[in-house]
Amino acid sequence: MSKQTAAPPSRAGAEEQSSTSVIDPPAEIDRQQLTRERDEAKKRQKDRFTGLNKEELINLYRQMLLIRRFEEKSAEAYVAGKIGGFCHLYIGQEAVAVGAISAIRKDDYVFASYREHGHALAKGMSARSIMAELFGKATGCSKGKGGSMHMFDKELGFLGGHAIVGGQIPLATGAAFASMYQGTDQVTLCFFGEAAVNQGAFHESLNMAQLWKIPCIYICENNQYGMGTSLERAMSLRDIAQKGCAYEVASEFVDGMDVLAVREAVMHAVERGRKESLPTLLEIRTYRFMGHSMSDPGKYRTRAEIEKYQERDPIKLFSASLLEQTIIDDKGLEEIDKKVREEVEDAFRFADESPLPDPEELYTDIYANPIDPSRDRNR
Amino acid sequence: MSTITIREALNQAIREELARDESVFIMGEEVAAYDGAYKVTKGLLHEFGPKRVIDTPITELGFAGLGVGAAMVGLRPIVEFMTFNFSILATDQIINSAAKMLYMSGGQFKIPIVFRGPGGSAFQVSSQHSQALESWYAYFPGLKVVMPSTPADAKGLLKSAIRDDDPVIFIEQERMYGIKGEVPDDPDFTIPLGVADIKREGTDVTIVARSLMVPVALKAADELEKQGVSCEVIDPRTIRPLDIDTIVESVKKTNRVVLAEESHPICGVNAEISMQIMERAFDYLDAPIKRVSSADVPMPYAKNLEDLAVPDVNKIVAAVREVAYLD
Repeated sequence: MSKQTAAPPSRAGAEEQSSTSVIDPPAEIDRQQLTRERDEAKKRQKDRFTGLNKEELINLYRQMLLIRRFEEKSAEAYVAGKIGGFCHLYIGQEAVAVGAISAIRKDDYVFASYREHGHALAKGMSARSIMAELFGKATGCSKGKGGSMHMFDKELGFLGGHAIVGGQIPLATGAAFASMYQGTDQVTLCFFGEAAVNQGAFHESLNMAQLWKIPCIYICENNQYGMGTSLERAMSLRDIAQKGCAYEVASEFVDGMDVLAVREAVMHAVERGRKESLPTLLEIRTYRFMGHSMSDPGKYRTRAEIEKYQERDPIKLFSASLLEQTIIDDKGLEEIDKKVREEVEDAFRFADESPLPDPEELYTDIYANPIDPSRDRNR
Repeated sequence: MSTITIREALNQAIREELARDESVFIMGEEVAAYDGAYKVTKGLLHEFGPKRVIDTPITELGFAGLGVGAAMVGLRPIVEFMTFNFSILATDQIINSAAKMLYMSGGQFKIPIVFRGPGGSAFQVSSQHSQALESWYAYFPGLKVVMPSTPADAKGLLKSAIRDDDPVIFIEQERMYGIKGEVPDDPDFTIPLGVADIKREGTDVTIVARSLMVPVALKAADELEKQGVSCEVIDPRTIRPLDIDTIVESVKKTNRVVLAEESHPICGVNAEISMQIMERAFDYLDAPIKRVSSADVPMPYAKNLEDLAVPDVNKIVAAVREVAYLD
């Protein structure tokens, strides 16, 4: 009857799920409890250090910090009027993009939503090309035509930047389908927020992916809010990993504040994709420290709730682990921060000094094969 | 030359392009084992196998988006909608993904995909299965919209659409699959997109018609000839981009225009053609432009009401006589 049975939802690094529930946000902060939770998370993270060398570990830290500093600079540039439109920051969620993308090859594909600056950086795009795109400059990765929500890099396999909630899910399924069709062993990572899970596109894609054995890895970044609407106000079954069962898609729940837990879970999914050409659904629980976008008043959640998660800051957790494991010392961390800040400042200057798109660009890139009827009529 | 139906012409086009290019595949509801709801894909599963000819679940948004994603990384999908009515479910992927991907990626990701299937009025299937949607798709830069009216056009234009590097909306007509005509046998026979065809030459009135309205306009022209009115019938064949030059040339000769279409009148393609004629050839017009469209109502089921809703020979004849100031 059924070809294979989906793995029941497991819980990579998610042992504390109940304590991160948002159903009852705390009114006051229990400092002792927060410290206990953080120490437990650190202990779990320590067990995941095996198999990674010093350089790899430090690089994960550097990438997360680069995203953090890049986004801080983006916020500054937005307030200064350098960036227009919407600007959705990734601060707090860095471990998800960095951990996941560290588990794939350069020739694998990545799709993301409109909160994708971090994923683009993690896939290897330069801070310069992303910042210039935010500034709407000709030197941006999409020539200034896409902006914050539409970063692309064909060479690096970064396939966007998609701004209709859930819209990237069928697209990613299609790219992974193409890998299968072409007989390569590439996999596709598809990032989306938990609010996208309520869209039909999510369900239609998972059904096709398992039915046709498409090696797409669906990464639900559950930051617990779709704009200002909390998960419990929007979803009847909130255990998102469990939804994989509806389509026999293997699924897992992952602690998104632990970069190594994310990496480990995605590595398993990648293996399933490459070896068995099967999809995986990962529910990665995370939290955004900033508003939905730069114009978010933030009245839908408490200060205490935000502070609770800031205590689990993935960058702070990882730096503490690195120090404890003597992978790096304080001076080393400071050095990384200095270099990352320089990289971001350089990106800012580059974007600021870059030219605007040529007005003629308005009418380019609409068609790959533009048609001039008067030319073809005489053919 | 062979005399074949539009259905067979489309089948030949798909078969030849599947054989020509390994990156071409076709997917849709009932396209494989069932041989196509309208038999356009008859025999293709047998010839090319399930990798190239793929039955999908009823999941239009999903498989349209899957096709666009596959096109981003080098495949050339043909996505069949059993009818274009169901494409409405897939519009987010057609409009927001396919049409805009090249532009918003700064020219990095072209989307060579064909969305095809029957559209327009069908026989007594009521409101949800009988409607013309071309003006929706023609609205969006980034899409090309094609509507053939003869077997030769169907084959030549579909082959060009499959070879084209942009997303093409290819709307066939449910009532016309059985229409026969001569089609060249050359496997490299194609018709360029964006070029209108003068289906009948004339001197007194220009009738611009597409899809099902082409044979209807040609019958009206026959009738009008008996009444002493010479009509030129122009089929744009591609709605976007529109070959307005050919239309304007004809208007300069006849000075009178009737526009026929199956769309509703409000915001239809003819509203756009009319505007472009006004911009380009206002001084050549001897009478206001007249359009013949479907009634501005959802399509009814009852045969007598349906006949009233769809433009016919009599309505076109009356419109031509009106612009020629004969009544």
